[in-house]
Amino acid sequence: MERITKKVRLGSRLEKLVPGLLLAIASISILTSIGIVFTLVVDASHFFKEVPLSEIFSKELAPLRSKDPSFGFLPLIMGTLTTSVIAMLVAAPIGLMAAMYLSEFVKPKMRRILKPIIELLAGIPTIVYGFFAYNFVTPLLMKWIPDLGAKNVLSPGIVMGIMIIPIVTSLSEDAMSAVPKVIREGAYGLGSTRLETTVKVILPAAISGVIASFVLAISRAIGETMIVTIASGSSKQFTTSIIEPMQTMTAYIVEFTSGDAGSGTIGYYSLYAVGLLLFVFTLCMNLLAKYIIKKYRREY
Amino acid sequence: METKNSVKFKIENMDFHYGDFQALKNINLEIKENEITALIGPSGCGKSTFLRSLNRMNDLIENTKVDGSITLDGVDIYKDYDVIDLRLRVGMVFQKPNPFPMSIYDNIAYGPRLNGIRKKSVLDKIVEKSLRAAAIWDEVKDDLKKNALALSGGQQQRICIARTLAVEPEVILMDEPTSALDPIATLKIEDLINELKKDYTIVIVTHNMQQAGRISDKTAFFLMGELIEFSETDKLFSNPENKKTEDYITGRFG
Ligand SMILES: Nc1ncnc2c1ncn2[C@@H]1O[C@H](COP(=O)(O)OP(=O)(O)OP(=O)(O)O)[C@@H](O)[C@H]1O
Ligand SMILES: [Mg+2]
Repeated sequence: MERITKKVRLGSRLEKLVPGLLLAIASISILTSIGIVFTLVVDASHFFKEVPLSEIFSKELAPLRSKDPSFGFLPLIMGTLTTSVIAMLVAAPIGLMAAMYLSEFVKPKMRRILKPIIELLAGIPTIVYGFFAYNFVTPLLMKWIPDLGAKNVLSPGIVMGIMIIPIVTSLSEDAMSAVPKVIREGAYGLGSTRLETTVKVILPAAISGVIASFVLAISRAIGETMIVTIASGSSKQFTTSIIEPMQTMTAYIVEFTSGDAGSGTIGYYSLYAVGLLLFVFTLCMNLLAKYIIKKYRREY
Repeated sequence: METKNSVKFKIENMDFHYGDFQALKNINLEIKENEITALIGPSGCGKSTFLRSLNRMNDLIENTKVDGSITLDGVDIYKDYDVIDLRLRVGMVFQKPNPFPMSIYDNIAYGPRLNGIRKKSVLDKIVEKSLRAAAIWDEVKDDLKKNALALSGGQQQRICIARTLAVEPEVILMDEPTSALDPIATLKIEDLINELKKDYTIVIVTHNMQQAGRISDKTAFFLMGELIEFSETDKLFSNPENKKTEDYITGRFG
């Protein structure tokens, strides 16, 4: 009896400490986020003070031109969007089909073997993917597309797509497996085949998770740096052709942080502006994901 | 008062295994057309297993084995049937209402659409007819676009019954269809089942002996994987032949 009450008291004292401790830990990550946004905004504001919006949203990007440099970000935005869209065109169908296969067509034992193998793709360092794109996929694609540049957005887009397949597969598979068994049985009970059950019942029931996986994968593609730095070049020419080189926002930041822009110059501050833009892009994606999940979430 | 209805399901020397575990032992039973057959017995005795064998729902579970024979209108459902065709003829309503997370209309139209019916006017008719037959038309007719999950449990269960009726099965299997519902919703479903008897053969698992008494023509009592007694419901409850049946229905057991 005595020992029990003592333990309870000790436990309750610990209990009072825990929320404070957790708050402190949580604050670290919150403060870091605030700090990052703060630096971005402060340093980017130097840039926005000097460069008019009309220039920022123009197609002319020539940051290193000694006389009258120009900071049009449209080529970068185009580069980022194009590579991300190509990546999603690869990752969404393949990732989703893999998820459907794993969730509905494979025995649990097989799933436990296959899923980690697919997830392995996510663990490969991006520099390896970059070389893979530049040294293997681009030369391979040249066999069919003779006009393909040695640097282009098609090849890194595809490779980036392969890289983000596991994000789509893993999260979509989780969402589909989480659909209650009784729903599945309801579909089979009405004479549905396995494919009909998967496509017409399970997929719609899991749609919020599936869309969230897409959005997360897009965010990952937008933020991806190494693959595009290596394989899509640093051309600042505005183009819409996927067989030509383009620079993405992330690759631009890499190029300029590795020394081309002296601290305090307008070129230096342009990094923060691009960084801020990137941040806004991914933030929008995350908010979109939240909204979609909330809108389509089903409670069973 | 032996009925003259023809035999729908004939189960002979049926054994059922989950892996090494034998869940049903040597079951012999006839289920007649346009009758309500109730399956009773303590938890774990194999009622659901038996019921789910009748539309081969157990096929979805790995490592299960059925021996003996089950015929539907004289045709062996495990040997001479495509499982899809079987499930179209033998519909199922589950313990927990399980409407699909889509509109009421789409829930009901799901089965007909699978079977190639695309015309809106035809689907409209089927949806209305099925919802009426499931006694829920008046409650939802103005709101067919509403998500079925937004309905109450009792309404959801009737949607599930309507969804089953929409594919025009001959037999409806029900596994404790009212166990998740309140007494009023339960009575509604019971009335509905009585109504459906005219057109369908119904097999229902129930834990509620009053319910079995109220709605069924025949009752089968299962115990530990064996069929202990099967007879007219009135007889089984008033004058059981087997001591174990008597113990169970008088509450001296499980
Ligand atoms: N998927 C399964 N794998 C292995 N054993 C199972 C499985 N499903 C049921 N069983 C076993 O088979 C036996 C019969 O189960 P069943 O679900 O048919 O019982 P029941 O009569 O429907 O019980 P309840 O009234 O609780 O629903 C039980 O001992 C159960 O543990
Ligand atoms: Mg059961």
